[in-house]
Amino acid sequence: MNVEFDFISVLEQWPILLTGVSWTLGLTAISTFLGVLSGLSLAWVRVKKFSALNTFIKVYVELIRNTPFIVQLFFIFFGLPQLGLRLSPEVSSLLAMTINLSAYSSEIIRAGIDSTPIGQIQAGKSLGLSEFSVFFNIILPPALFRVWPALVAQIIIVMLGSAVCGQISTEELSYAANLIQSRNFRGFESYIIAAVLYLVLAVVMRLLLNQVGKNLMFRGLLKNG
Amino acid sequence: MVEFAIWDILRNLLLAARWTLLLSLIALLGGGVLASMLLVLRLLRKKTFQILISVYVEIFQGTPLLMQLFLFYFGLALLGFDTSIWWSASAALILYTGAYLTDIWWGCVRSVPKGQWFAGQSLGFSFFQQLRFIVLPQAYRLSVAPTVGFLVQVIKATALTSVIGFIELTKAGTMISNVTFKPFLVFSFIALIYFIICYPLSWVASKLEVRLAC
Repeated sequence: MNVEFDFISVLEQWPILLTGVSWTLGLTAISTFLGVLSGLSLAWVRVKKFSALNTFIKVYVELIRNTPFIVQLFFIFFGLPQLGLRLSPEVSSLLAMTINLSAYSSEIIRAGIDSTPIGQIQAGKSLGLSEFSVFFNIILPPALFRVWPALVAQIIIVMLGSAVCGQISTEELSYAANLIQSRNFRGFESYIIAAVLYLVLAVVMRLLLNQVGKNLMFRGLLKNG
Repeated sequence: MVEFAIWDILRNLLLAARWTLLLSLIALLGGGVLASMLLVLRLLRKKTFQILISVYVEIFQGTPLLMQLFLFYFGLALLGFDTSIWWSASAALILYTGAYLTDIWWGCVRSVPKGQWFAGQSLGFSFFQQLRFIVLPQAYRLSVAPTVGFLVQVIKATALTSVIGFIELTKAGTMISNVTFKPFLVFSFIALIYFIICYPLSWVASKLEVRLAC
């Protein structure tokens, strides 16, 4: 059997790959921002223990965590139009990624909050700080610091999971790979290149986000031990 | 157009869920065997094995499962290998599962205190005897909760095989929704079936974790 690899003819289509990478990164960036923010709010509500809301959030989190991402995506893109809510592929992808990340990150952040020593909260209260201030200045920063690596891992899982969004014709990286292989029939090579690009994105994102965590967000915490 | 009763839809989805379960089982068993072998190789502490295994783990954890499936199904076929959908889906899922389980179990074995190994050594146990009689029984207890938790991830991962045309729950659902024009209903059912399969496992995993922590 004689097989010749032709990676050049795939790399010649770099504008398509570039578009793919930008969509993947863009979708990940926006859904990370929105997802972690809503995850944070959900975690806050759950810690506050408003009973009715609590059950609702619990059901939401378990529903999202126990169904595949692709089913959530298809539900939004194919299922919701039947109820009269028609979303573009890009908005559907963004919504699915955000919802997915919000459920996971709320659990991760809650775990961090739950491991706060009770003495710290009491110390804050005894200083006369408001409940809001106790949460955002005393509980949250060390909690986020503790769970930061888990949060970064989850963001990367969502980024890799976004490969599925190509199936509803969002023009992200896996869609780009499919497009290229449909043009030059170099399926093996284009999937390899896409996989390598994903790997690079994952590694770079992990290093970058961990650095951001260490140097920017939690600098004060590290200094004080 | 054929009219489908709700019962027909549900029955067909449940029939398709068999393949989701079977595929998850294949992935778990195959990945488990693979991960056990890699675990032993890793414990031998040879530099080459260590590097090769971390590269394998990094590649399969750092690329989307979808790309792995494409490579195994379309990619290998273009290279002249005759790949059936069962083989490609199983192979990709086994390698994916293996990469995660190796990591999980490695963590469990490493959290057994070093002194346990030394104690075995001082009793004149060989490497495999130390592993078999002293370390693995302790590591096993630690590994149950994260392994059950990961099983949920495997079951959800099988949904991606629908993209390469493997007819399991998600693919069957897509086909049914195309015929019945009831995507909202059908995808709600699919999600519900996945939830019914996965939630008990998640619940068990979290209970086991709590019990271990005490």
